[in-house]
Amino acid sequence: MWEHLQIELYKVFKRPRTYLSFAAITALIGVIQLGLMVDGKEYTDFVMADFAGSFSVDGKILNGYFICYVILQLLLVHVPLLIALIAADMISGEANMGTLRLLLTKPQSRTAIVMAKFIASVIYTLLLLIWIAIMGLFLSMLIFGTDDLFLMKSSYVVIVKESDVFWRYAGAFCFAALAMVTVAALGFFLSFFAENSIGPIVATMSVIIVCTILSTMNIPLFNLIKPYLFTTHMITWKEFFDFKVNDANEAIIGSIQYPDKIIRSATVLLVHIVLFVGAAVWLFRKKDILS
Amino acid sequence: MQSIVKVSGLTKQFNQLTAVNQLSFSVESGDVYGFLGQNGAGKSTTIRMLLTLITPTEGDISIFGYNLNTHRKDILAQVGAVIEKPDVYKYLSAYENLKLFAKLSGVKPTHKLLMDQLEMVGLAARANDTVKTFSQGMKQRLGIGIALVHNPQLIILDEPTNGLDPQGIADIRNLILILSREMKKTVIVSSHLLNEIEQIATRILIIDKGRKLVEGSSATLFNDQQTILQISVANLSAASATILNSEWAKHLLPERDGQLMVGLNKEDIPAFNRMLAASGVDIYSLQARHSLEDYFLQVTAGKQHVGTFTN
Repeated sequence: MWEHLQIELYKVFKRPRTYLSFAAITALIGVIQLGLMVDGKEYTDFVMADFAGSFSVDGKILNGYFICYVILQLLLVHVPLLIALIAADMISGEANMGTLRLLLTKPQSRTAIVMAKFIASVIYTLLLLIWIAIMGLFLSMLIFGTDDLFLMKSSYVVIVKESDVFWRYAGAFCFAALAMVTVAALGFFLSFFAENSIGPIVATMSVIIVCTILSTMNIPLFNLIKPYLFTTHMITWKEFFDFKVNDANEAIIGSIQYPDKIIRSATVLLVHIVLFVGAAVWLFRKKDILS
Repeated sequence: MQSIVKVSGLTKQFNQLTAVNQLSFSVESGDVYGFLGQNGAGKSTTIRMLLTLITPTEGDISIFGYNLNTHRKDILAQVGAVIEKPDVYKYLSAYENLKLFAKLSGVKPTHKLLMDQLEMVGLAARANDTVKTFSQGMKQRLGIGIALVHNPQLIILDEPTNGLDPQGIADIRNLILILSREMKKTVIVSSHLLNEIEQIATRILIIDKGRKLVEGSSATLFNDQQTILQISVANLSAASATILNSEWAKHLLPERDGQLMVGLNKEDIPAFNRMLAASGVDIYSLQARHSLEDYFLQVTAGKQHVGTFTN
């Protein structure tokens, strides 16, 4: 199994396409950082317009923590696309190249092959998130400095103390990793149904987009299925930035307002991962290789 | 002689299509087993079933005396294969591809082993070039290198000469002969190039629509001594009866397209001809068939007959 995984990782990181994703993330984050560096004041003035006159803010709103929060919004569409590029190609790409049949004539179990491929796509996903953390959090902290994290929600404002922010990002990134592994599992599962990469990549993105629309539309019919859609839970990382308050309405340092929500979302995502990967293994063991 | 591959009652159905139908054959140790059939005859499906790429609907396959279902990994560790196009990872070099597949074949890929293997298939000078720069022939040679890297006892080559120029075809033919004669490997090879098969195969299986048409030793079918006579006569049943009642009865083969088929040694043909004439059989034509191509066209034209030739 370990040897399989080494081989799969070797193949993944020998492909130029893999580095394209890292370059795309670098470019995306760089553009956001540059934009906020140049026009950050206009941006924060615009965002704060609703609260003008209600209160004044001391300190630096446009800091590294705030920039990273903006960057994490990429997790909804951009990052899944980059993950699908690799995960949805794991089987279909091999079928397309014709290497799948050669691979499966070797004295290795199909389950070991498919699990090594999935774990390789998970490692790629985690490395991509680590790269986002390096570029989005650490580089932003370096460029913009640090201060309290000031977040504008729809009807209220959250101010997270500077000393209480970093661990929340650690938690948010861990949860984001789980959400992105779910995307990888979906792409991986769909890659069994095609003999070229484009189909599963487009299918993965289509499923994410359709499910995201269903998750966000407030229509009673869809409310029944919303709790079971993985896209409903992909943005639960934001819960790490809501905290409990004491009787004096002061933030309780180190608290999370709805930890049960995070656990529930993580469970739903885990169930999706198990279902997608389980189905992929089951299908792969039975699959006739005709490519 | 020991059977290396034994297939019995092999059937594969894809929805309504029966690609392989109750196919049985055996490959003996040291054979170069030519596997022939027209496009869509079921050759590739059968070969894929031998390699566990396709699951049979019915039937049993045993290789090296073990059931393929229950001993898959042990069997595949002793099998090397090239299936149709020798597709490898185009973004990796020949050396990297070979190393990767050697590991998957359960071999510790030392530099010497890999370079020796590349030397054998004539790619040592291009070891570090990415495969995307290779010609079809070079890819084919690399595919064969990969198939042989773990020194398998059984080598399965599905259309190994596809897309090759005449020199490439000759190279593959020589390699198969070396594998069989010098390295004592058993080789199953399917090809459309009948003259290539004729030159290298020790036994031949011809299938059509998934069914066996003929299986037998090519020495019997195609050596200079053995000739198949295709005889057109005025009265087929009377002519058949005449032969059956003569000393030549054992040479009579199943009739085809309303003509008598007889397998004879070349020197016996005049005597046989005299016997027919003396018995009053009116002969319109008498044609000697002894090339594989003739034979292949002959047996695949009727597609009904199932026969077996033995030494």
